Amino acid sequence: MLLAQAIPPLEEFVRPPIDWHALAPELTLLVVGALLTLADIIWNERVRWYMPALAGMGLLATMVPIVTLGLDGTDRELFGGAYVVDDFSLVLKALFVLSGYVLVLMSADYLRDGDYYESEYYQLLLASLLGMVMMASSRDLISIFIALELLSIPAYMMAAWRKGDAKSNEAGVKYYLMGVFASAVMLYGMSLVYGIAGSTQLDQIAPAISGGDASPLLIIGILFTLLGFAFKVSAVPFHTWAPDTYEGAPTPVTAFLAVASKAAGFVALMILIGVGFIGRGDVFQPLMWILAALTMTVGNLLALRQTNIVRMLAYSGVAQGGFMLAPLAVAADTDQAIPATVTYLLIYAITNLAAFTVVIAVSRKTRSGEISSYGGLFRYAPGMTVAMTVALFSLAGIPPLGGWFAKFVVFRALADAGDAWAIALAVVVAVNSVIALFYYAAVARQMWFEDVPDGDETPVTSTPSLTIALAVTIVGTLVVGILPQTAARFGDMATTLVALGG
Amino acid sequence: MEATGFDAWALSLAVFLPLVGVGLMALVPKEQEETHKLIALLSSLAALAVGVYILASYDFDRGDELQFLVDNSWIDVINSRYIVGIDGISLPLLILSLCVVPLCIIYSWNHIPEPGNPKAFLMLILILATGMNGSFVAQDLILFFVFFEVVLLPMYFMIGVWGGEQRRYASIKFFLYTLFGSALMIISFLSLFFLSTEQTFDMRALTEFQGAGITLSTQVWIFAGMFMGFGIKVPMFPFHTWLPDAHTQAPTVGSVILAAVLLKLGTYGFVRIAIPMLPEAAAEWAPWIGLLAVIGIIYGALGCLAQTDMKRLIAFSSVAHMGYVMLGISTLTDFGINAAIFGMVAHGLITGMLFFLAGSIKERYHTLEIKRLGGLLVSAPKMGWILGLATMASLGLPGLAGFWGEFPAILSAYQPAPTLPVETFRTFMVVAAIGTVLAAGYLLWLFQRTAFGEPKEEWDGYEIEDVNRLEWVSWTPFLIMIVVLGVYPALLFGVTDDAVAPLMENVGTFLEQVRG
Repeated sequence: MLLAQAIPPLEEFVRPPIDWHALAPELTLLVVGALLTLADIIWNERVRWYMPALAGMGLLATMVPIVTLGLDGTDRELFGGAYVVDDFSLVLKALFVLSGYVLVLMSADYLRDGDYYESEYYQLLLASLLGMVMMASSRDLISIFIALELLSIPAYMMAAWRKGDAKSNEAGVKYYLMGVFASAVMLYGMSLVYGIAGSTQLDQIAPAISGGDASPLLIIGILFTLLGFAFKVSAVPFHTWAPDTYEGAPTPVTAFLAVASKAAGFVALMILIGVGFIGRGDVFQPLMWILAALTMTVGNLLALRQTNIVRMLAYSGVAQGGFMLAPLAVAADTDQAIPATVTYLLIYAITNLAAFTVVIAVSRKTRSGEISSYGGLFRYAPGMTVAMTVALFSLAGIPPLGGWFAKFVVFRALADAGDAWAIALAVVVAVNSVIALFYYAAVARQMWFEDVPDGDETPVTSTPSLTIALAVTIVGTLVVGILPQTAARFGDMATTLVALGG
Repeated sequence: MEATGFDAWALSLAVFLPLVGVGLMALVPKEQEETHKLIALLSSLAALAVGVYILASYDFDRGDELQFLVDNSWIDVINSRYIVGIDGISLPLLILSLCVVPLCIIYSWNHIPEPGNPKAFLMLILILATGMNGSFVAQDLILFFVFFEVVLLPMYFMIGVWGGEQRRYASIKFFLYTLFGSALMIISFLSLFFLSTEQTFDMRALTEFQGAGITLSTQVWIFAGMFMGFGIKVPMFPFHTWLPDAHTQAPTVGSVILAAVLLKLGTYGFVRIAIPMLPEAAAEWAPWIGLLAVIGIIYGALGCLAQTDMKRLIAFSSVAHMGYVMLGISTLTDFGINAAIFGMVAHGLITGMLFFLAGSIKERYHTLEIKRLGGLLVSAPKMGWILGLATMASLGLPGLAGFWGEFPAILSAYQPAPTLPVETFRTFMVVAAIGTVLAAGYLLWLFQRTAFGEPKEEWDGYEIEDVNRLEWVSWTPFLIMIVVLGVYPALLFGVTDDAVAPLMENVGTFLEQVRG
């Protein structure tokens, strides 16, 4: 009786209308992940061999609703605008799912040969991908946070997958600690933003915080929120976890962190900036300017000194992150910024996956990650060498390989903004692309110009799944380079984000 | 007017046929070396055949407009289109590039440099060919930029894998220098795109705008970016230091292609893009370009005098010769630019020939140290005489092609474009004229010490082979053209002037209007 008086009568719960078609990609991923877990529990060792195939097929199945939604073309808003399915989110969902597919191809033989846990790996991979796919649609501080945690927590475990190896454990712990710290900072920032705007939904935050001078509290709120993601995308000075984690983690997981996980961080940044904070260019633009300039410069200078290929790719990835941050520094001045970053992400993902695939394939023979072990690769593995060369020089941005267009759209966004700061950043980007060339070319030099260090010229044995992964990514890199329209039209779809936010 | 029928395909075929060869070669196993050589030669000859067709059906009465024009969509998102076409400025350079490639392939038939692997070597040459041909026909800034950059990778690998002792250093230096320039150049292209009245990368439209609506100070900065891109490629003093290293370390055909075609991409960029699109900024920059050009002439010449290595000497002479070309360009006159284009072709032929000779001498003597050579006229008289002809042409002897590149360029500095400081340019003229004396000095000195006298004792008992059949085949066209252009320069001037005259007339009247 007392209890009944204390608690006010519940309003009748009304289920929000759910657009099942819009949620189909997420649901498919969820079902596939659950099926994998069930199969693992019931049949255990007997299905181990089929896990990569099942995961791969599940990911391809996830592409089906993404494509049908894309063909359908209408923008769908769910849960009162907290979850949006538009062209922007679909393009990035496709990026995550397809990267996931390539990662499955890269992981299969690695895990099998190393005798690591297999079933659990794919379950975690799918869970993390689910978080990323959700991130692309989240337009609300809370759903962004949930998506972030869902994608991060499996990744912490995957980083420590080679559990017999102290370095891999270090990688996992370091990544975990840094990640949690970043989450805490970000949550604090989000709580401040919520306190000022009175809403967690980005399209309501935007009008609430725009106009007039920004209060110090708002500045801190925005900065902390964005800095939380600066950890995720390993922007300098929050990059210190990246090289150690990348080196220690199993190479496919490194590829996953460097491509998919980083892309998810950028997606969150773009959503926050493009929808929520777009009216506060005076706050986030200087921050992004500094982060971008620092990230590309420091990342490059550190990459120059690396002797391990994975660490080199880690630092180069840091620097590439700087190039992707650069357009965000003018996001309030030009509508080219978000498409530029999306296009860059797409091209970067394809190219970097190609590079990591070669690293995995070559290490099957050399058992080493040292750059010097690539000496004379051209003599005994010309195909791999050409593939790696294409990937490296695409990362460096040399036409006609895909990367040139990525750099180009960044320059284009900066030139469109056109003020002195933007042009100055463009020059910083230009100088950095030259520095970057130096270490990419250093690897190419080892492969083409040097002699085989141990004189062992037996060919590298590739596996069917690695070959497919390599073929897909290299062809993608070349096609994007020669017909940039293929990537650009997807990047251009990203304007829907701005249209909604604007 | 857009081309139709086969004409619409002609330029694209000339550009991409070498790439078809690359595709075929990729399918053939590495061991079948003869097949690779054959495919490479045939695909480059096929491109040349298309070039001959273009030459034959080129309408010389309409040299001022783009012919074989094709305008297709390419990257719609950024308003960049696949526009190719040629006029009197591009035609000679395209034909030069189309001729040089098969000749280089013939020359390397039995001379694939260490460490061998003709498959990769020839594939790189063909990719290089696509980049060079494409740059000369592209009429869209982004398309031009892509082709301009395509040449980097093959050249990098050619120097780095098949080069000399210092190849690693030379290759990366070449790459970094040129990439730095082109990164700034693309920023300039983009600024031009966003600031011009109609946002477009179409070179024809941008040439008509002449920078309308852009403030002079902005124009000057945009021009500066282009100057870095093209100037490094030329190369102009003080950005020339990559050139001697690259030339010296590159394999013979690499040096030949570099000298004959690649350097021209830079000067072509000035003539085609930088000056017509931003004439006012060009006028601001012209005295400085002229100054750097004459410094290059003198510096290159003095550099030559200090060299002990024949190939390095020729490389430095390139710096000097490109200085004359840039001097002609910097006058911003019809006369000067015609001279510059002639200079480009002549330098391509002559210096290309000199690098061929250096390569063959190196192969016979295994050294290029000038003091160890000598008596070439005794040990291999035909080669000695060819060397004589090439050095004479290079020092600008009237009657050979080099004269028509150098002399009019110097003369053009006497009367630069209307608003330019006349006294300054006349001073340049005098300095450049002194440069020719120095050029005669180092070239005659080179010829004397390598060709005259008796062969050095250390070569006693060596059989020095005279010019062989493959060398004759690959050299004869060069020699013929050097003589023909020397005797009958109107052949080339006639073609180029039709395009240059209206272009520079526009620039001239524009300058008079704005500077009154």
